[in-house]
Amino acid sequence: MSFPWAEEYRPKHPFMRWLDERLPLPRLVYGAVGGGYPVPRNLNYFWNFGVLAGVALALQIVTGIVLAMHYEANAETAFNSVEHIMRNVNQGWFLRYAHANGASFFFIVTYIHIFRGLYYGSYKAPREMVWMLGLVIFLLMMATAFMGYVLPWGQMSFWGAKVITGLFGAIPLVGEPVQQWLLGGFAPDQPTLTRFFSLHYLLPFVIFGVVVLHIWALHIPGSGNPTGVDVKSPQDTVPFHPYYTAKDGFGLGVFLILFAILLFFLPNYLGHPDNYIPANPLSTPAHIVPEWYFWPFYAILRAFTVDFILPAKLWGVLAMFASILLLFFLPWLDKSPVRSGSYRPTFRIFFWILIADVLVLGYCGGMPAEEPWVMLSQVATMYYFAHFLLILPILSMVERTLPLPNSISESVLHGEEQEAAPVGVKPATAAE
Amino acid sequence: MATVEHHEATAPAGEDGLRRRDFINIAAVSVAGVGGAALLYPLVNQMNPSADVLALAQIDVDISSIQPGQAIKTIWRKQPIFIRHLTPQEIEAANAVDVGSLRDPQTLADRTKPDKAQWLITLGVCTHLGCVPLGASEGENRGEYGGYFCPCHGSHYDTAARIRKGPAPTNLEVPEYEFMSDTAVRIG
Repeated sequence: MSFPWAEEYRPKHPFMRWLDERLPLPRLVYGAVGGGYPVPRNLNYFWNFGVLAGVALALQIVTGIVLAMHYEANAETAFNSVEHIMRNVNQGWFLRYAHANGASFFFIVTYIHIFRGLYYGSYKAPREMVWMLGLVIFLLMMATAFMGYVLPWGQMSFWGAKVITGLFGAIPLVGEPVQQWLLGGFAPDQPTLTRFFSLHYLLPFVIFGVVVLHIWALHIPGSGNPTGVDVKSPQDTVPFHPYYTAKDGFGLGVFLILFAILLFFLPNYLGHPDNYIPANPLSTPAHIVPEWYFWPFYAILRAFTVDFILPAKLWGVLAMFASILLLFFLPWLDKSPVRSGSYRPTFRIFFWILIADVLVLGYCGGMPAEEPWVMLSQVATMYYFAHFLLILPILSMVERTLPLPNSISESVLHGEEQEAAPVGVKPATAAE
Repeated sequence: MATVEHHEATAPAGEDGLRRRDFINIAAVSVAGVGGAALLYPLVNQMNPSADVLALAQIDVDISSIQPGQAIKTIWRKQPIFIRHLTPQEIEAANAVDVGSLRDPQTLADRTKPDKAQWLITLGVCTHLGCVPLGASEGENRGEYGGYFCPCHGSHYDTAARIRKGPAPTNLEVPEYEFMSDTAVRIG
């Protein structure tokens, strides 16, 4: 977004001037993440997670490409080729653990990123397209992570492939042919592994493309902010560089420290030990669960146990996909004109209940399909859908919201002028 | 009206005109640079030969059945090795050459073991661009000097496998080897 006061790109070096007249790539970068992109000055640390997700994507692509230099997508040798990476390839253990835990961190920062958006109304006009492109990225991420998990060809890989393709088997009439088409056979085998490797290589680049669209769409209205109040004047913004490059750099440092702790000291904490057993088509592990970042959706899938008009299996599949597809309609389900949860006292209560609800779903998804977890996931699933389909539409009609600040800069100032102004700049007074 | 402008911050400068903030900036970027380099190292190093490749070290070869005038090819570290049992005429031809006139001056004695001058053991890798020269198998073109001929760019090697003509810069490489007995050679 170029607010009228956005700084124009003025190349000083003659070569950069020459380049700018022919291919204004530096100008594009300057306007996207440089001094030419004005950003609200009041962003808190929840606004770090988009950049962190981008870093996580880059990390996965780089480590993934180097792993593919040593991995063999062959049902006979795949498991051993991963062990070869762990034991023989120079720093292979590091690269493999970085990729596996990188996937977990990618989901951690993405979930925080999504809930940031849910709390601050980042999905509301004029940012609906940003939100929907983000959901497309999320769906692609899940497909990519699932296929990557299949590649080591351990027990969880094999049975995960069987169960997840089985979801499509629940579709009426065409279910079974679709499942066989996905697997390239009647059960996961060589054709499955080969095509999953191919698609696991492809999809991250599709994700990268949608990320470009996501950022492009964001830069049309510009970044939101914790008050939800629109940018009105130059006092409300600071240039992205150096202010937010520095803040994002700090956040990245914290992220990398936490990532390093997991990677070097607890590399298998988030993994499942059964994936260190080679795939056995004749024996399903007693307790089969997907990776932790799929648990909430897995709980929704397993919550449907009774045939009601449609078979229970189909209900579970429909509900699981609906739980994400529903979010595409969120900008029109939540009609409240106030964006930020900070000025919506009742919404805020329900928001935290939703967080708790998703955590409960996640916990149930990680537990065996026995009581009380089945009951609990049924209640939590009902509440999840009720939150978006009932509570939010009703709230947007009846809720009494708090008074909004007149502007971003006013919300920042609170009289603490020295604190609010960048170093060396005289703070503005509200009267000016 | 206060907008953000890039004029000098009011932080006090030290005697050398450097502010703390400048130092912090340099320090932060330096640490990030070191971290970036540390991350780059494994990404580059993973392409170097892995432990299982490095484990291929030595081979033992039985040479009892190689008759004078014959040669065999074997494989050592994924590369061909030529083991040639030279005839007296070939040894004579190799020793008759004026060493000073060679591109890569070496005598036959330099390239064989003492009292085992009839055993010429070399890598079968042309020193130009790495093709396998002809001449080890029966009936192959042995070049103008009766040794080996590389078909890729026409390098000729003599009976001591020294480069005599063509683009190759050096003689065929003699690997490290030792005779365990009269009929067994350990290469590597």
